[in-house]
Amino acid sequence: MSSLSVPAHVPSVAEDCEQLHKAFTGWGTNEGLIISILGHRNAAQRKSIRQVYAETYGEDLLKALDKELTNDFERIVLLWTLEPSERDAYLANEATKRWTSSNQVLMEIACTRSPKELLLAREAYHARFKRSLEEDAAYHTHGDFRKLLVPLVSSYRYGGDDVNLTLAKSEAKLLHEKISKKAYNDDDLIRILATRSKAQINATLNQYKNEFGNDINKHLKADPKDEFLAILRGTIKCLVCPEKYFEKAIRLAINRQGTDEGALTRVVATQAEFNMKIIKDEYQKRNSVPLDRAIAKDTTGDYEKMLLALIGHGEA
Amino acid sequence: MAASDELGALTKAFSGFGVDEKSLISILGKSHPEQRQTFRKGTRDFFIQDERQFERWDDRHVIQLQHEFLRFKHAIVLWTMHQWERDARLLKEALYKGPTHNVLIEVACTRSSEELLGARRAYHSLFDHSVEEDVAFGIHDPERKLLVALVSSYRYEGPKVNEETAKSEAKFLSSAIKGAAGNKNLIENEEVVRILVTRSKLHLISVYKHYKEISGNYLDEDLDGHLYLQETVQCLCKPQAYFSKVLDASMIPNVDEIKKEAVTRIIVTRADVDMKQIKEEYNHKYGVSLPNKIEDVANGNYRDFLLTLVARGD
Repeated sequence: MSSLSVPAHVPSVAEDCEQLHKAFTGWGTNEGLIISILGHRNAAQRKSIRQVYAETYGEDLLKALDKELTNDFERIVLLWTLEPSERDAYLANEATKRWTSSNQVLMEIACTRSPKELLLAREAYHARFKRSLEEDAAYHTHGDFRKLLVPLVSSYRYGGDDVNLTLAKSEAKLLHEKISKKAYNDDDLIRILATRSKAQINATLNQYKNEFGNDINKHLKADPKDEFLAILRGTIKCLVCPEKYFEKAIRLAINRQGTDEGALTRVVATQAEFNMKIIKDEYQKRNSVPLDRAIAKDTTGDYEKMLLALIGHGEA
Repeated sequence: MAASDELGALTKAFSGFGVDEKSLISILGKSHPEQRQTFRKGTRDFFIQDERQFERWDDRHVIQLQHEFLRFKHAIVLWTMHQWERDARLLKEALYKGPTHNVLIEVACTRSSEELLGARRAYHSLFDHSVEEDVAFGIHDPERKLLVALVSSYRYEGPKVNEETAKSEAKFLSSAIKGAAGNKNLIENEEVVRILVTRSKLHLISVYKHYKEISGNYLDEDLDGHLYLQETVQCLCKPQAYFSKVLDASMIPNVDEIKKEAVTRIIVTRADVDMKQIKEEYNHKYGVSLPNKIEDVANGNYRDFLLTLVARGD
């Protein structure tokens, strides 16, 4: 559920644009005003604002924001202002360009979005980058990572709840067989993760636990430094329990020396209007401290204020 | 009509693609029992002399006749279907009949990105699975990766092409093909597959062009011996030539049913897309017009329906 809080009486789009324009003009920038408006508008409202702003002032709102803002605050405001599909396309492109074997962003986008959302992201990718997401993902990744990531970003999974339990049993067995042989890059293992519906994978993993006594991820920890195993575990988490994946991503981002703002920004900006409420609950459960307190402790200034606004801190 | 002419006409009415309903009605409907006896004894293909002194329908031919009588119905049903359902059903059929890889390649590569997406959606509705999961499950290596990726593609369709990249990829393909001479492993070359399954069609057409300049040969010709890669390139870069080739190979007497079905499939799926260019290609390559060829090999309602479709856009 979304953590975004939109006021009961939203000003007109024209008013919002006027206020934003005011925030940019004159000496300095009124960041608080920007947060109070953009930080409390949903995707449809932000889209209207961008449209009307461009019509009224002859400039793309994103360009204006880019000119006026800097650093982490700028990044989160820019990412947030984009529509979800454009945002995903932007993040995916960034991930391909600076891809390393520890980068999990492509997998995260491919696996946590619904089949339809992933499709919209791929469409937005065409429009913005004049190439397909899969061609860039294939070009910039290699080896086993490419073998896993390209099918993941190309998938258009069946989205229904229909599950075949016999198949789940046999595929659970297959997974166990491959994992026991340490054949982590096996074609069938990847086939199952990359093509089966989320409901089917969930059923398969339940069967796995029933048959073999443990969560599959516990059997994928043979080598803590193995980045392919890490991305496999991430894939599985993203497919069946994304809120746990995001909780961990945020926890690691906050606990790292100096905070990994990139990850924190990405998770908050992409999840605020989707799963943030349940991610907050997971965070509290796992860390015994509410997310907003952890964020307030670890970040500062306008960046902190924007993060808190997006996770619904302090609103009625 | 003289008896031997009638025999010939009846035989023709039952042979080829579809059946000549009108002739069957006029000849058989008016025939006496002795005439039918003559027919049974006179045609060696359709009837067998049974040991108990009677001429029996050859079972295989009855089965074939079923296909021929239904060919018109099948064409009509396929033609009236929504394109997405049609392609989804073609993909599904290709998986359990054979599997016939060339149909998978044909549908995945000759449809636009949006059309393929539509087919994938329809596949969800019709079969409660994604097409890629069924292809991945039903097809095995070494062609699995190629086919799964082809049905999963959502290629960029805009005009932008990076010529430098196209040139270097053409160069790469040229050396990969030379290096694979003799063995069948080209389909397992990840880079070759990457280029063919992810690049946009315009980009691949540019690669095709550069390949000719670099190596002196056409890319698809050099892929002789690597059937699935060859078909992929042909479908992506020169679909009309591919379709006219398949049509010609299918309109041969005594060809198997799977090949025969290609005629309906191609004409129905391309009638509103590029039938004009396919006819030109066909004429150019085989020296006979496609409508004439169809008139030659097909019968009755089925023939008339095909001719009507082929004439669209004239």
